[in-house]
Amino acid sequence: MKRYASVNPNQCVACGECAYVCPRKAVSIQKGCYAKVDDTLCVGCGLCERCCPAGCITLIDRDGCSTKGGQDTGRGHSSELCQKGIG
Amino acid sequence: MKEKMESKIESKIESEVKLELKSEIELKSEIEKTKINKQKINKREKRKWYTYLWIWSIVYFALGFFNILFAWLGMIDFLIPLVFAIFSGNKNFCNRYCGRGQLFRKLGNDCKCSRGKKAPGWISSKGFRYGFLAFFMTMFGNMIYQTYLVAAGATGLREAIKLFWTIRVPWGWTYTSGMTPDWIAQFSFGLYSLMLTSTLIGLVVMVLYRPRTWCSFCPMGTMTQGICRIKDSR
Ligand code: SF4
Ligand code: SF4
Ligand code: SF4
Repeated sequence: MKRYASVNPNQCVACGECAYVCPRKAVSIQKGCYAKVDDTLCVGCGLCERCCPAGCITLIDRDGCSTKGGQDTGRGHSSELCQKGIG
Repeated sequence: MKEKMESKIESKIESEVKLELKSEIELKSEIEKTKINKQKINKREKRKWYTYLWIWSIVYFALGFFNILFAWLGMIDFLIPLVFAIFSGNKNFCNRYCGRGQLFRKLGNDCKCSRGKKAPGWISSKGFRYGFLAFFMTMFGNMIYQTYLVAAGATGLREAIKLFWTIRVPWGWTYTSGMTPDWIAQFSFGLYSLMLTSTLIGLVVMVLYRPRTWCSFCPMGTMTQGICRIKDSR
C-alpha cells in the first residue's frame, strides 16, 4: 500500500461521508469534532478524498519517507514505517 | 585453526537462524495484526436500517404539500442533532441519521446528479460557516417573531411559504383555517419554508459540487460541531 489518507482536522466538518464510503472502515469521527484515519487499515484507495465536501483529505505517499504529510496528524507515521523498512 | 573456523561458522549460522526466527516472529505479529483488523472491519456492519432515512426527507416534503401542519415534524430534525451533541457529544445525527444528507448522497452518487467537483475553499471556511449559521438563526428568530405576532393578533395568518426568504409562494390549499389556532399554522408555514429553502440550496450545491457540499455549511452541522468542540476542549 503506497499511500494513506490524512485529514486536516481544522477544515473537517465532521459530516461522516468519508467514514461512510471507506471500504476498509478506516475512518472514524472523533467525538463529533473531526475525522481520523486509522492508517494501519487504510489502503489508500482515495474514495474518501473524492467525496469529502470540505476537500480536507489528502493522500500521502508512504514510500517517499517524507514527514510533511505525517505532520498533518502530528504523528509522522510515514517516517515510522520507513524506519521499519516497510513502505 | 580448523576448530576456530568451525566455531566461527557455527556462530554465524546461529546468528542467521536467530535473524530468521526474529523475522518469523515479526511475520506472525503482522499476520495477527491483519487478523485483528479484519475482525474490526467485520464488526462494523455495512447496511443498517438508518441508511434508508433519505425516504423520510422525501416523505416530509410530500406531507407538507398536502397538509402544512405536518411541518411540525421538522422539529425532530432540529432537536435530535442537538440532543446528540449536548448529551453524548457526537455528530451521530449527521454521520448516520440525517435524512437530508442521505438524500443528497443518494441523488448525487447513485443517481449521478452531481458534477463531483471540489467546492471552493471558502464554502467550508470557518467564517462562512459561522456567518451562515448566524444568518440562519436570525431567520429562525424572525420566524418565531412572526409566529408571536400572529399569536398576539397583531397580524393575520399568511397562507404562503417564502422561498429563499424573498419569493412568496401561495400555499393556501394545505390549510383550512380554523383547524388549529392561527399561530400553529403560521409556525408550520415558517418552518416548512426554512426546510424547503435549505434543501433547495443544498440541491443546487449538490449539482454544482460534491453531493454533500451542503453539509459543509449546514447550520445544524456547524452548530453541533461547535457544541462538540466546546465539549471536547473542556
Ligand atoms: S483512502 Fe480508501 S481506505 Fe484509506 S481511508 Fe480513504 S476510503 Fe478508506
Ligand atoms: S468527508 Fe471530509 S469533512 Fe466530512 S468528515 Fe470526512 S474528512 Fe471531515
Ligand atoms: S450537516 Fe446538516 S444536512 Fe448534513 S448531515 Fe448534518 S444535519 Fe444533515
